[in-house]
Amino acid sequence: MTHSAVSGWRWSVLAWGFSLIILIPIGVILSAWITPEWAVWRHLVDTLLGELLFHTLLLLIGVTMWVLILGVGLAWLTAMCRFPGQRFFDWALILPLAMPAYVLAFSMLGFLDYGSPLQGWLAHQFGPNGYWFPDTRSPAMVVFLFSLSLYPYVYMLARAAFLGQGQRMLEASRMLGRSPWGAFFHAALPMARPAIAAGCALAVMEALADFGAVSVLGFNTFTTAIYKAWFGLFNLTAATQLASLLLLFVAVAVTVEQQMRGRARYFSTDGHAPSRDRIRLRGLPALLATGLASLVFLLAFALPVGQLLVWAWSRLDLDLDGRFRDLALHTILLGTGAALLATLAALFLGMVRKRRAGERATRLALHLATLGYALPGSVLAVGVMLTLVWLGKGVDGVFGTATSGVSTGLSGGILALLFAYLVRFLAVAMGPVESGLERIRPSLAEAAHGLGSSSWEVMRRVYLPMLRPGLLTAILLVFVEVMKEMPATLLLRPFGWDTLAVRIYEMTSEGEWERAALPAIVLVLVGLLPVILLVRKTGRSGG
Amino acid sequence: MNPAPPLLTLEAITCGYDPAKPVVRDLSFHVAQGEMISLLGSSGCGKTTALRAIAGFTPLLSGWITLQGQTLSKPGFTLPPEKRRVGMVFQDYALFPHLTVEENIAYGLKGQPKEAIRATTRDLLHLVGLESLGRRHPHELSGGQQQRTALARALAPQPALILLDEPFSNLDVDLRERLGLEVRQILASQGMTGILVTHDQHEAFAWGDQVGVLHEGNLRQWGTPFSLYHQPEDPFVAGFIGQGTFVAGTCIAPNTVRTAVGLLQGRAAPFQPQEGDPVRVLVRPDDVIPDPDSPISAAVVRRAFKGAATLYTLQLDSGCQLQSLFPSHADHAVGERVNVRVATTHLVIFPNTGPGATLECVPSSLIQ
Repeated sequence: MTHSAVSGWRWSVLAWGFSLIILIPIGVILSAWITPEWAVWRHLVDTLLGELLFHTLLLLIGVTMWVLILGVGLAWLTAMCRFPGQRFFDWALILPLAMPAYVLAFSMLGFLDYGSPLQGWLAHQFGPNGYWFPDTRSPAMVVFLFSLSLYPYVYMLARAAFLGQGQRMLEASRMLGRSPWGAFFHAALPMARPAIAAGCALAVMEALADFGAVSVLGFNTFTTAIYKAWFGLFNLTAATQLASLLLLFVAVAVTVEQQMRGRARYFSTDGHAPSRDRIRLRGLPALLATGLASLVFLLAFALPVGQLLVWAWSRLDLDLDGRFRDLALHTILLGTGAALLATLAALFLGMVRKRRAGERATRLALHLATLGYALPGSVLAVGVMLTLVWLGKGVDGVFGTATSGVSTGLSGGILALLFAYLVRFLAVAMGPVESGLERIRPSLAEAAHGLGSSSWEVMRRVYLPMLRPGLLTAILLVFVEVMKEMPATLLLRPFGWDTLAVRIYEMTSEGEWERAALPAIVLVLVGLLPVILLVRKTGRSGG
Repeated sequence: MNPAPPLLTLEAITCGYDPAKPVVRDLSFHVAQGEMISLLGSSGCGKTTALRAIAGFTPLLSGWITLQGQTLSKPGFTLPPEKRRVGMVFQDYALFPHLTVEENIAYGLKGQPKEAIRATTRDLLHLVGLESLGRRHPHELSGGQQQRTALARALAPQPALILLDEPFSNLDVDLRERLGLEVRQILASQGMTGILVTHDQHEAFAWGDQVGVLHEGNLRQWGTPFSLYHQPEDPFVAGFIGQGTFVAGTCIAPNTVRTAVGLLQGRAAPFQPQEGDPVRVLVRPDDVIPDPDSPISAAVVRRAFKGAATLYTLQLDSGCQLQSLFPSHADHAVGERVNVRVATTHLVIFPNTGPGATLECVPSSLIQ
């Protein structure tokens, strides 16, 4: 008894130690508030800050509004109604999740821009100035592209909430005197509100964290400013100040998301998914429903993928060379390394939770350890870099060497990048690992011991086989996320370690859409794997 | 004098999603104001579909439904559920998880002044005995409390009729009986009419002034619990309700049948056999009583102690098995021989045709 209590106590200490290490980058950035450098601040206020704040607020409001309309509207249609194509759109509308915003942005730009086939055709029809076309780099277009890319977060959570409520709730509402629309607004929507709000917050977090798409669109935000401060001006202090400001916005979003996710669980009922009693749309409403779903699917997925394929094909023999092989190799090495690391860490934290979930302090440590998912990659990169600089100084101080190979070697190292990935994607690995661990009831181990198995044998013959699907899913999810990650990779990668995402950044920043297409299409195709897993797991709503 | 016009009328309704295989066929019944009705049947018999047709969730293929003289449904027309003035208590209660108990109850009271809503809600909370729990959320309530909330919510808009879809099946056996009676009393105190759907005959009998037995979409019998048990109109109902054995016999005189368990006499129904007709007689466990003087001797095969009585399964020398309800103090071991006699005042008789006609006895539960 004493023995187990002592080892349990060790688990908690280990968990806290781990979380603190994960939290260091955030702490380092927040320390910028303790010792503000007024000169840098004043410079930022004079030059950039107004535009950055305006753009960020614009993104926040515009994206929230549009992902709400698209996500909730489409979720309601596919989950509760019947219209031509509903079964297909039910899962197809999740697919845009595989497309990073920056890929959608540059492929749509290529499609819509001046000189694109579309505009060429319009010019041919109406003369060069004979038609109106929206400005492809206007703030409205930025909001539009982000909404197309991010609505799946709201769509998926709202859809799950609507399906989870089941038909009963709507029927109860009808029996109490509400029309079908009344039932939607007074019962279904309020019940789904926490899930919808959580989805919105996730979408906003993604929009705030995005670096690639806003670079392509030439829309200055905190992430582009951080990048410029770092690489353009080599001013790590300014980058830190900007990162700390961006963190404030993220903190609001993450608070909303965490609160609402908890409440969504609490509001869910185990209702039966509607099968036959869907609202049957006919005539014009059916046409509008099919039209809207087709339009969104086309713009958010089919068209960009088609465009990418055309470009990639046209340049295949030029781009598919040794350089591309190196890019792919780096991507796979980094992705696999980070995936294994994050999954191991998730397994460790999951075991701690299984043993020590009763303690508030341990629960808090575990919770804090997974908060990194909210950190924008550029903020995280700044935090990791600052940490390494600080560590380097410490090391140098002890050994009395001046700025030596140790610090630069460390700060540019693969380890820094892997650590950043670990912080950012630990939460991604936690999900599947924990749901795997949840299935292992203590009685299983007891039964195995009762049948004569040693601890090691229980691990090998019971735990690992039961955990295998969860661990593999975790590895896959983290791998794909790392592959798509752009800003942190861009800022922290060692010299010569370009990945597919970095290549896309380099090519798009020079306006070479066609040459970015091959790495982009690879990202999208690999990115489809976890989305397919997700679609299969959420199940069809039937119908 | 004409009786009062019925509150609810179902006239030959047929409904289902596939017109070739309707779930409910040609179902008719009337319900009077203040009456308590049970629709009884095993799963898939169409009872829930019938209820949903009354609620307005299932359209009719033929027939019609009227409530207080107003047509609710007919082929091609289904008055929307929200316009029917019909309340419903769902099997899973379907309480809105985002609303408190009070707000759930007030949900159907839109368009009234706030003060009136508050008063109605307070009265209903009092009626169902949840005065102190009005501000709780559904997940903070026990199963029974959720049930009462669902009832109060259904009553709030003052519907003409309340439908209850297996409302007690999620509760413990103990609570189920108690709450069933309580809900019935609450509805009766409001002069409310209630239609309960269930697969549990005890529940159906405890609830219904009238009980309708449904099977494969057809109404097999409509009557009081007493008449269903003692005067089943067809072999299915005889087998579905209660326990018993069909014993083969021959009619030798009006109201007299010779069987392996002796000469049975009593008013014959529903089949009136002629002399010489082969028939089957339903023998209920309470018809078989211990009698030391009887020539009929049987061995105890199984016994199930039920408290006030013991249900014995007895095997005659012919192999025929009877069930018999003995007073509890008549204690016999398995294998022991007892003498019994079959005492009948009325005979439940059907023609002996079809498969199994040559068998001397068939457990009634097999005739379905």
